[in-house]
Amino acid sequence: MSTTRQSSPVAKLEQKTITDLISKGKRVDDRGTLDYRPTTITLGIIEKANGSAQVYLGKTKVVAGVKIETGTPFEDTPNEGILTVNSEFVPIASPNFESGPPDENSIELARVVDRGIRESKAIDLKKLCIEAGKKVFMVFVDIYILDHDGNLIDAAATAALGALVSAKMHEFDVKNGEPRFKEKIMSLPMKNYPVSITSAKIGGAILLDPCLEEEQVMSCRLTVTTDKDNNICAMQKGGLGVLTPDEIKQIVSTSIAKAKDLRAKILPNVT
Amino acid sequence: MLDNQNTIRLIDDNGLRVDGRRLDELRPIKIEVGILDKADGSAYLEHGRNKILAAVYGPREAHPKHIALSDRAVVRCRYHMAPFSTDERKSPAPSRREHELSKVIRESLEPAIMSEYFPRSTIDIFIEVLQADAGTRCAGITAAALALADAGIPMRELVSACAAGKIDGKVVLDLSDVEDKKGDADLPVALMPKSNVVTLLQMDGSLTEEEFVQAMEISTGACRKIYEMQREALRQKYHIVKEQEKEEPSEVSA
Repeated sequence: MSTTRQSSPVAKLEQKTITDLISKGKRVDDRGTLDYRPTTITLGIIEKANGSAQVYLGKTKVVAGVKIETGTPFEDTPNEGILTVNSEFVPIASPNFESGPPDENSIELARVVDRGIRESKAIDLKKLCIEAGKKVFMVFVDIYILDHDGNLIDAAATAALGALVSAKMHEFDVKNGEPRFKEKIMSLPMKNYPVSITSAKIGGAILLDPCLEEEQVMSCRLTVTTDKDNNICAMQKGGLGVLTPDEIKQIVSTSIAKAKDLRAKILPNVT
Repeated sequence: MLDNQNTIRLIDDNGLRVDGRRLDELRPIKIEVGILDKADGSAYLEHGRNKILAAVYGPREAHPKHIALSDRAVVRCRYHMAPFSTDERKSPAPSRREHELSKVIRESLEPAIMSEYFPRSTIDIFIEVLQADAGTRCAGITAAALALADAGIPMRELVSACAAGKIDGKVVLDLSDVEDKKGDADLPVALMPKSNVVTLLQMDGSLTEEEFVQAMEISTGACRKIYEMQREALRQKYHIVKEQEKEEPSEVSA
């Protein structure tokens, strides 16, 4: 069951400072309303994973790992590999994270990242079929939140994309329904590069990439994921606030432009 | 998903869809308010072949106590699909999808609820999908908003929801099951129609910015139509009660 969250631990005074600043077009960390925090990505930091990436989005830190295994395909997609996205809000990332099964925020994050990758058809899942209806490759993307300073969805989506781009597996041919791996290494068959951009509404203002303090006072957020052709492939509103249709259109336009910048910056070699 | 698109046509030469609807036509909707005896508020909604039951309990004492908030009621929401609601049996255990939907549905209804009137209490919203045929989250929101009103919970206004999407390259309203599975995009929207603000917005598939704007326009338009149906359903339920109240005082005086 989904329950109203306890109100944020930000003191009322601090809350007022943040909203006052924003009403003057300023932010707690001196950014402009449409400035994205500096983003850095390091690929292949975990040697034992097929693919991995570490992302810093300001002080937010996320690691994603890709593991590739074999398994049975779903009945409705017998000739396609399987994509699974999971996320862990590990307790080292925030005083408010507890160990235990994933809560609704963690499930929401993983499902929004999943939708971006799946709906943009980022991975050519047909090329991951071993024997139709019997055996396919399963791509597991596991997202680890290591330091929570806001906008986890964007950081997680970026890390997941980086991990997939960096993922390597042995080339294979199929004999008697079993994959036979060759010496040669190949990348995952990638067709698209989805990037998520999240905006927050505080007071009447819309600002890009909220940090943790801003998330605690925002009325709602809207994540827009776009693919390499600037098509929208996933969206998610979160939080108890409301958005007017005009605000939504404005956020969509800015998100498409920002996603283009971010994609070129983090993955200069592939786009 | 992609190779099926070429074999199955979702829009015919006359511009009609698999179930005979026009591109911007809603499926038939039937609403009944106050159909459960024990719940404080309830509503039953049929939207196409979707059959949805929503019940509201509360405001009632928060249990367990530590979840209570000192300045407002806690709103809790459970979206759940019956095991027999889908083609293949669905495990009754809540799936990740149901966890996510419970959250976004709660967030779509909470802006309309005046929860600040009921500190330290809970308002529980239960949505049971008895039969699913695409668009269950929207139908669930529409039904739950009525159940909240039926429970007499003060609300800023009703919430109405409807999805738009894209099939065979065209933006259409209110996807059915086959259109959702074979189509190109789905955009569920919930609206508070009088103040014209969006309380739920999700999207999956592929839309250009222009298509998105068009889809937003037809889905919010449909939300307004559904809003009128919701009001009518409440009137159906409550105008009779009003007449009875009028008769009672005369009996006392006689």
